This record gives sequence, structure tokens and C-alpha cells, in this order.
Amino acid sequence: MADRYIEPDTPELRARWGNFAWTEANAAKAKEIVARYPEGRQRSAVMPLLDLAQRQVGAELNTQGWLPIPVMEYIAAYLDMPIIRVVEVASFYTMYNIAPIGRFHVQVCGTTPCMLRGSDDLLATCKSRGMKKGHISEDGLWSFTEVECMGNCASAPMVQINDDNYEDLTSDRLNAVLDALARGETPKAGTQDPARHTVEPVGEPTNLVAMMSENHDYRSEW
Amino acid sequence: MPKVKVDGVEIDVPAGATVLQAAELAGKEIPRFCYHERLSIAGNCRMCLVEVKPGPPKPQASCALPATEGQEIRTDSEMVKKAREGVMEFLLINHPLDCPICDQGGECDLQDQSVAYGRGGSRYHEHKRAVTEKYMGPLIKTTMTRCIHCTRCVRFSEEIAGVDEIGALYRGETMQITTYLEKAAHHEMSANVIDLCPVGALTSRPYAFEARPWELKKTLSIDVSDATGANIRIDARGREVLRALPRNNDDVNEEWLSDKARFQVDGLTRRRLDKPFLRRDGKLVQATWNEAFAALSTLNPGASIAAVAGDMVDCETMFAAKALVGALGSNLLEGRQTGMDYDTSSLAAVNFNTTFNDIETADAILIVGAHVRWEAPTVNVRLRKAVKRGAKVFLIGPEWETTFGGEFLGEDLSLIGNLPGHVADALSGAKRPAVILGGAALGRGGLEAGLALAGQFNLVRTLEDGTAWNGFNVLHMAASRMGGLMLGYAQKGGIADLVAAKPKVLISLGADEVDYTKFADSMIVYIGHHGDKAAHAADVILPASAYTEKAGTYVNTEGRVQFADKAVFAPGDAREDWTILRALADAFGVSVGFDSFDQLRAAMVSAVPALGVEGLADYGAALPAGGGSASGAIAYPIKDFYMTNPIARASATMQRCSAELLHGEEFAEAAE
Repeated sequence: MADRYIEPDTPELRARWGNFAWTEANAAKAKEIVARYPEGRQRSAVMPLLDLAQRQVGAELNTQGWLPIPVMEYIAAYLDMPIIRVVEVASFYTMYNIAPIGRFHVQVCGTTPCMLRGSDDLLATCKSRGMKKGHISEDGLWSFTEVECMGNCASAPMVQINDDNYEDLTSDRLNAVLDALARGETPKAGTQDPARHTVEPVGEPTNLVAMMSENHDYRSEW
Repeated sequence: MPKVKVDGVEIDVPAGATVLQAAELAGKEIPRFCYHERLSIAGNCRMCLVEVKPGPPKPQASCALPATEGQEIRTDSEMVKKAREGVMEFLLINHPLDCPICDQGGECDLQDQSVAYGRGGSRYHEHKRAVTEKYMGPLIKTTMTRCIHCTRCVRFSEEIAGVDEIGALYRGETMQITTYLEKAAHHEMSANVIDLCPVGALTSRPYAFEARPWELKKTLSIDVSDATGANIRIDARGREVLRALPRNNDDVNEEWLSDKARFQVDGLTRRRLDKPFLRRDGKLVQATWNEAFAALSTLNPGASIAAVAGDMVDCETMFAAKALVGALGSNLLEGRQTGMDYDTSSLAAVNFNTTFNDIETADAILIVGAHVRWEAPTVNVRLRKAVKRGAKVFLIGPEWETTFGGEFLGEDLSLIGNLPGHVADALSGAKRPAVILGGAALGRGGLEAGLALAGQFNLVRTLEDGTAWNGFNVLHMAASRMGGLMLGYAQKGGIADLVAAKPKVLISLGADEVDYTKFADSMIVYIGHHGDKAAHAADVILPASAYTEKAGTYVNTEGRVQFADKAVFAPGDAREDWTILRALADAFGVSVGFDSFDQLRAAMVSAVPALGVEGLADYGAALPAGGGSASGAIAYPIKDFYMTNPIARASATMQRCSAELLHGEEFAEAAE
């Protein structure tokens, strides 16, 4: 995260994105989003609109999408707010990409539970496939970030790729997911452990067993 | 009025006060960085931690905690001491130890508070973070590694200046304060962030590495770059003025200062007139004082003499010139250099009667012909406050970028007599209506038409709470204007009367905006400090003192009489203006009745008693009826904010501001 930077404002960037405007569908969506907020609080729509703009840019480039400076200016003008306030929001939240990004943004969780369950292997796998931090792979497919906890600790280790989470990974399962994505398929999101549906225990439960059939008061046993 | 106990002493605090304010009332000093009286509360530096009961058993940020009945506040407990030490240690983790090369050194909040409240030493041995410099324009020098993220500058530009351009990008350890795309800060109050910055992150670029605060002689003075009479402190070393800083005066400039007032001082050492000059064979040649007075004593002007006062002269100078001209039998005095001839028989009709303080409480304001941001930046701040309180503002004149919204009605003076319905409704329905006439609206019948509005909307009234309200205001641009009008520097026909009188001698008191081609037959004696426009037209130049080099009385556009002290001596052979006029009296063979500055001031006060009393002069509340109609397109007199007076025109800093901020030139930053 410390290496995030805003893509510099160059004449080329202006030429490419200077005439950014909502597509017809997104214009309707943007209108609907702004209408969710009470009169005089339209600026609150800045976060969903930045996301919408990022997705529109993504659709145009066939990537996850990012926010060039002229696009942020477009949002600022759309909401009639100072541009610096938009840039503050966009640079604060890591879900907004403020520099170009690849087709798939692979975000590997490296926080303790994932690390204990083998996220180091996932990082090594990504590295062996040529991904590195803040860098788009040559084929334009992969961008890579190591992130902190994504809240999927019960099915650690996990990886977030664009809008989907892939959980219970091993090196092989991650490779399978990435290969499928590269082939243009849509692998099943969520756990990759064939023995699991969601985050239910694998095999028999090992704790709170007495609670399985009926309510049980453990307090006297502590 | 909640009662709270501060360190065991019970006091009453006003409702709505914070714990920090309560502690201040009790005389306890609370260290702080992010909290500032005139900005919103951020509560992010945590330096103001105190112990408060009842409440959680941990220190609380006093700046953001309301004081409530029965609170027990401790600012001297062990917990508070440890909390302050801890916060200070954290702040210093990423603050560089570069005080020896930092311009804030000696006047740094962080330095002072770490000495007073910090631990003796550091326990931090890791790498410190570093942040790249951010360009913020020709006035503000940044060293962002020093920034402690108090966000005072962000809040200032958003709340006070009204130009949202500074923000905090990224987050956590990588948070950085910057302007959008590192563009120069683009408003006329921008440099106030230098004063607000509690550390050395934002410092003055022109003053960089010039001096340490303890080397400077500090003199209280009054700014003359506009007619608001901002209270300033002149910091000088030896004979050179190094900087001007604002002083706190809630009635005038609060604690802000326009960039021009702050940074024009480097013009005080450039293009100065430091020797008398005489025009011989069409060329100005250097002379001695004796030669100059010898030449002048041959003139024998008799009553054929006139004086025109410039925009920056003090009342004493104008009075001395008036005494001289009067002793010769003339009363041809004028201060409105550009030919304005509005009626000055009632000073209340040409005064900012509402006062700056009360204009904040106005609820409907009509501004006619005033580019307030450029003509009186500190008043613009007040207008923004008024709008934040709910005032409606309407403007007549060419559009400019206001910082407070407002509706532009059109560009023609005739609108004064023909206000659109909703504007008239707003003014007549307002409890505290105000009209502000700028310099561009005074001529062509504008003043009279404005006065008619005062009658129509009952601008002079008694408010519900029994206080008097006078909503009729004139916003001048010249620091000498109100003083000059009090001293009679106004002819019925304006400066045209002086031209028509064809005086043999015209004394110009630093009057650089006069069209001297109309005085081709007069001997022009220029008593001023800069080799600017008037010096080129002058026949005799007598070098005088700028506002920092003489004591003087100034009257701002509210009619507020204020005194300035002398900070430094004038360069070379230049003398204080009154001594030159006194010597001129000898050369002309007349007596003016004073031989010292004290006598001069006493004579002036006995002639115009109001000039002897600091504070608002009383012009009465009665306004002339006005009437008639005005017409003509409004054009603001200030074309370039940074170049309005001879000092600013001589200042390299102001020239660069003008070129870069107004005319869009790009400057490469010097490699460091």
C-alpha cells in the first residue's frame, strides 16, 4: 500500500481520458445513485460514483479499471465538489486503483491466519508466474498486491481477484484458478476445497461438539 | 453555564465550550497542534489530552470534548503528563531532527512543546519516513517530511479562504498534504497557512534562510496595501525589513493578512529614492538636500500651490502638507488620485459603517462595484462567514470568482436604482441588511443612488436587541482615504479642480496614480519613497519614508483610527515626510506651527480630535438622502492584485506572483 501513487497528469493522459463521460447505462445508474442521498448531500455519492467510473474505465480497457486524473475531475464536476476532495477519497481507499492495472488484480492476503495456513506458498506461486507488486504482467493479464486481512480467515488462505474471493487455496488450486481465468473461463468463486461448500467445518466438528444436537451450557466446564 | 472543576478550582464556563476552552479559562495551558480557535475542530493531533471525570478511565482529547456540568478536569496529573509525553514521542517518530536548518526554529510549536511536555530523549531507532516536497507556489515553501498532519492548512483553505485546494492524500503512514496536482495555491490569503503551520512544513519562501526570530526587532504597525488597515508586526534586522506578520485584532483582520501585505516588504529595498533629484534640462539629476531646497526657495508659489496625497501616506504627512499649503493661502488638497469626485460632505456616507465585525452578522448583502477578494481580502473572509451564517449576497459588477457564492445581477450601475424583485424583497425582508459600495461604484452618481437605497431599505435602524445598525458601507482601496477625507483632502470636483486651478507648484505625497500630463505647467514636487510612475513626471524629487520607516496614524475604511510605529530608518538621504514638509515651509518662507513630530501630532489632533483617539471615529449615523440615477458599466480599478502600489510593484516576490498566478507564466524551480 505504501507504494500507491497517482498516475501523473500528462498531456497523453489528458488526450486519452479528457473526454470521459458516462455511458448511457452508467449515466442512468449514476443518476439513481445520486438520488439515494438527501438534498444537499449529493457529495456523499462520490464513493459509488468513483467505483462506477472505475468499472466503466475497466470495461473500456478490458481490465479491472482504474481512475485517471481526468476521470476524477469528471466525477468532481458531476457532483460539484472540489477536485482535491475526490482525489483524497480515491487515494485513501485501496479499492480504487489510481494507476493502470491489469485484467486481473490478484490480491493475496498475507495476514496471520492466512499466513499460518500457507499464504507464503500462494505468494511464491504468484511470483513464479511473473507477478510482482505494483507491476502489470507483460500480457496485461495480471496485477498483484499483497493485502491485509480480507475477513475470510475461516477459509484461509485466500486471494481476491477483481470482484471474487477464492478461498481454501493451495498452490495447485490457485494455479488452477489462475489458469482458468487466463483461458477466459469463470472459475467458481468461494472455497476451492472440493470437500467444502462454504465455511462449514471440514469433516467432523472438533470444537463445541456438545452444541451439535442441542444447546449446551459450557460455562461450568471452563 | 456549566460549572466545572479544573485542577480543583471550580469555574463557570460558557455553554458550548470545550474542555480545552474551560481549562484555558482557568488559566491552564493545554498544548495543542491541530486545534485552532478560528478553524473547525479536528481532534487528530491528540496533544491536548487531559483527564476528565466522569468518563472512561483514560485521557481524553480536550479540544473535542464538550465541557459539561460537574466535570472534574485534571491537567496536572501523572496520567496527563504521561499521555503528553507519549503523544509527543509518537509525533517525533517521523519528524526529522533538522531544527538547525529549519526556518521555523525558534518559533516552532513542536519545538516549544517538546521542550515543555516531551520526554528527555528518544527511544526510536528505526528509519523515519520521508515525503517529497510539494510545490505550493511562489510564497509557500514546503518541507513535507516535517509535517505532523494537523490539517490546519487544509481546514484554513476550505473554511476561511474558501478555495478548496489543499488536501491530505493517501492514508496512514503515507498520508501527504498537498495541493491538487501540486499547483500553486491560488488565492490572496494563501500565505496564512505559513502562520498556521505549527511546524516547519510550510514556511515562507521569500523569507527562507533569512533570519532567526530572536535576531529580529519587532515593531507594531499598520498595513497600507489596502484600506482595511490590517494590524501587522514588522520584523526587521538592522535597516532591513525582513517580513511582515499579522497581529491579532478581532475587529480588523482577525489574525489573517493578505499575501500582498505580507510579502510586498521586499519592495522596500528596491527602486528606492534615496537622494533628492532636480530636473535640469529635462533630465532628473542627483542633488543634495541644500541644492534641492535652494532651488525650491526660488519658486515663490504664493497661493498657487496644491497637494495631492497618495494611497499609502499617513495622516501626519497629509496634515503637515495641509498646514504648508494652508500657510501659503491655498486649500487645494485632493487624495482621490484617479479623478473621483463623489460628494464627501458627510463622512458617514463614504464610510464602512457596519464595521468588519458586524458585517459577519448581516443577513442580506448587496455589493456594488467591489471586487472584494482583491480590494479587501480580509473583508472577503468576513463575507464568507456571513454567508455561512445564512446571508444572501447579491453583486453588481463584472463577475469575479467569489469564495462565498452570491448572485451576480449585472454589470451596469443603473441596476442600483432598478433592483430585480427578489433582491429588493431579500433586502427589505432582512433584519440586518447591508449595502457595500466599492470604489468602482462611487462615481457617475453611484454613491447618491446607493444612498437612496439606504433610505429605501431603511439600512440605518435600531435592531430588536436595541443596538444600532448602519448597513450602508463604502469599501475603499487606499489606506490614506478615510484619513485624507477627515483632513479635507477632497475638492468638490475632485482632482479636476486642481487641474483647473493650474497651480504653480503641485506637491505630490507619494501619489503615483495621478495623470501628471494634466499638470504640465506645474512644478511637480514629489515627496515619496519609490521611483515609480510619479517620480518620472516629477520636477523635484524629495526622498521620503515608506510606511515602515515612520510613525503614523492611519484610518481604515471603517473609520478606525490606528497608530503605527517606526520600524527602521529610511535608506540613504531619505527623511521622514513631515520633516521634509517642515523644511519646505522654511524654503517657502512660511510658518507651519510645528517643529517636532509631537507638536505636529498635537496640532493635527487639535484640528481633527478624532485622529487622536484609537478606535472608530464617530461620523454620526445620519446619511444624506441621496437620490438620482446612476448609469454606466462597472469596471474594477484593480487589474492586478499583486501590483497595486509602488512598493508591491518594486517587490520581486509580488512581480513573480503576478506573473505566475495571474498571468500563467511557468517558472522552473531552482535545482537544490
